[in-house]
Amino acid sequence: MFVDFLYELRKHKVKVSAHEWKALMEGVALGLHDSSLDGFYRLARLVCVKDVAQYDAFDQAFLSYFKGIGADSLALTEELLSWLRDPKKLRDLSEEERAMIQGLDLERLRELFEQRLKEQKERHDGGNKWIGTGGTSPFGHGGKHPGGLRVGGAGGGRSAMQIAGERRFQEYRKDVVLDVRQIDLALRGLRQLGRDGAEEELDLDETVDETCRNAGELEIVFRPPRRNRVKLVLLMDVGGSMDPYAELMGRLFTAASRSGRFAKFRSYYFHNCVYDSVYEDAQFRKRVPVSELISHSDRDEKLVLVGDALMHPAELLDPGGSIYYVQGQRTAGLEWLRRLGQHFRRAAWLNPEPERFWPGTTIEVISSVFGMWPLTLDGLASSVRYLVRGGERPKLGEKASSWARGWMGDDPSGSSGN
Amino acid sequence: MSSTFDQFQGTESYIVSDELRHAVNVAVALQRPLLLRGEPGTGKTQLAEELAQALGMPLLRWHVKSTTKAKDGLYVYDTVARLHDSRFNDGDVKDISKYIKLGPLGQALDAAERVVVLIDEIDKADIEFPNDLLLELDAMRFRIDETGRDVVAKQRPIVVITSNNEKELPDAFLRRCVFHYIEFPDRELMQKIVRVHHPDVEAKVLDQAIETFYGLRATPRLRKRPSTSELIDWISALRKAGVDLARVGHGIPFLGTLLKTEHDVELVGKRAKA
Repeated sequence: MFVDFLYELRKHKVKVSAHEWKALMEGVALGLHDSSLDGFYRLARLVCVKDVAQYDAFDQAFLSYFKGIGADSLALTEELLSWLRDPKKLRDLSEEERAMIQGLDLERLRELFEQRLKEQKERHDGGNKWIGTGGTSPFGHGGKHPGGLRVGGAGGGRSAMQIAGERRFQEYRKDVVLDVRQIDLALRGLRQLGRDGAEEELDLDETVDETCRNAGELEIVFRPPRRNRVKLVLLMDVGGSMDPYAELMGRLFTAASRSGRFAKFRSYYFHNCVYDSVYEDAQFRKRVPVSELISHSDRDEKLVLVGDALMHPAELLDPGGSIYYVQGQRTAGLEWLRRLGQHFRRAAWLNPEPERFWPGTTIEVISSVFGMWPLTLDGLASSVRYLVRGGERPKLGEKASSWARGWMGDDPSGSSGN
Repeated sequence: MSSTFDQFQGTESYIVSDELRHAVNVAVALQRPLLLRGEPGTGKTQLAEELAQALGMPLLRWHVKSTTKAKDGLYVYDTVARLHDSRFNDGDVKDISKYIKLGPLGQALDAAERVVVLIDEIDKADIEFPNDLLLELDAMRFRIDETGRDVVAKQRPIVVITSNNEKELPDAFLRRCVFHYIEFPDRELMQKIVRVHHPDVEAKVLDQAIETFYGLRATPRLRKRPSTSELIDWISALRKAGVDLARVGHGIPFLGTLLKTEHDVELVGKRAKA
């Protein structure tokens, strides 16, 4: 039942598994959907969606799957009939309203309902004849006809199609927003715990063991607490085309530099592309040669670069291509990036530029050196996963323009084997 | 609809939206944990209390802290007490079960009757915490390793889990839950909620207070938006001081009951002047 809907959900990237599907079917079997589309919407969302960020995707999937189905004309058969037979359910009505109902004979009402259900082809809101929502016809729900039949849904409530159509949960979508707290949480995943340093935590098990060995005389054993062992080097592109992203970068920096987060945290600045030096300050006064950065960093430190990776191809590919012409470069920017990429075992490049602008630019070339992730919550989370656990890094540039492909050459981190 | 399904309707002192009521009843019927998320102050924790009261079942609370481990909720083996007793020859040291203390979830599984368990703010604990509870929540049983005793639930407890929308919970854990996001109440529902706490408030005052409150919440870039409990406090303050909102021109009296950070107070002050 509704298996297509499962795939519709998965198509919209709502992570539904057989587990949830079973639960949903159980729910339907128990009648929890209240024999209505509204009920089904609520039940399905409860069971299938586990993250408010996916409510919007669910709404979209629901809309596209159930589009064209007259919202409530699908609802109930059995229940409606039993209801028709049981006028006690209308007890909420006032005396006058009751009197009005007398005017409509139930048998006739039922005939009318069935007849209109047949005639009606489309979803219908308002109006005074068809079955639908918010009207004054005797049928439907949310309506005002005092002697009418409510068809599914709560009286005065909104239908599933209306709720889904509103897409109220749009703002919770993850790929859009990113504040310090969210970055903070994403970075929490960037950790490898280990026991190092001063012994200051009571090791109960060892204490018990040692005390037993000591014939009952208390022998207290301490151990170092668990700490994050990840060391991070953050390289940030500032100025020029990065200016629009300054605030976003600031948030990332705030979250990353929070004390006690990493065993060691260093950050440097560069402009456009890394050449022979990076800088400790954003004014480019305190210079640190890249060779020094490399020799002072352990290979297991994590390197994270943040920048739009957009520049004139010459700035990346020509020796001496730096826009700071006085530097007198003899090595191309791409070569410097490769050196960094070869030194650090795990590195990631976070790009604030929207992904749709990536193709056909220097971004593709740089992504052959560093795994490139968009600077969104999802991108950040998957880059963190890569930094900690390794695995596949995103493949870009399979459709790279020919000028770029020429430069992408061998992948230094791996697949070609050198 | 069957009467066994619609067990929870909210209580006199706790107003629920239709969606939340439905969520609770689905979770109870499907016998799966109900995971609640939402802004602070939307009544996530209170729901469990009201649910227990409405169903006439005892409530066991497990407030999770950053140091809480999954096993703590099942049972704690008090080795230190046993160690002490053995040194001073107090009590029966041979009987390990005397040193096993069941945690809230452990008690719930061991209980003779059906109970409601609240696992409050599950996101505060370590990232792996929810995964460590998978088996127990699925099978509703666990084993006390020290004594070899198996604790099996006679009746599956109703599990309510709250989370402050802080971080991702593991997928495997989520798969087993019924999830509901509590939206901030709309004006209509808010009126009902306030009426519960201030039954005799005048309609005009209430309208104005709620108008001001939602206006304040809509202020962009607020660090902490005021929540329901703050609105209720604020209305208490207004009524005690006898302030008539209609007469106060600009500015909001007792702003400190609504906004809790200096940044926010300044921000609202600036906007009021502009």
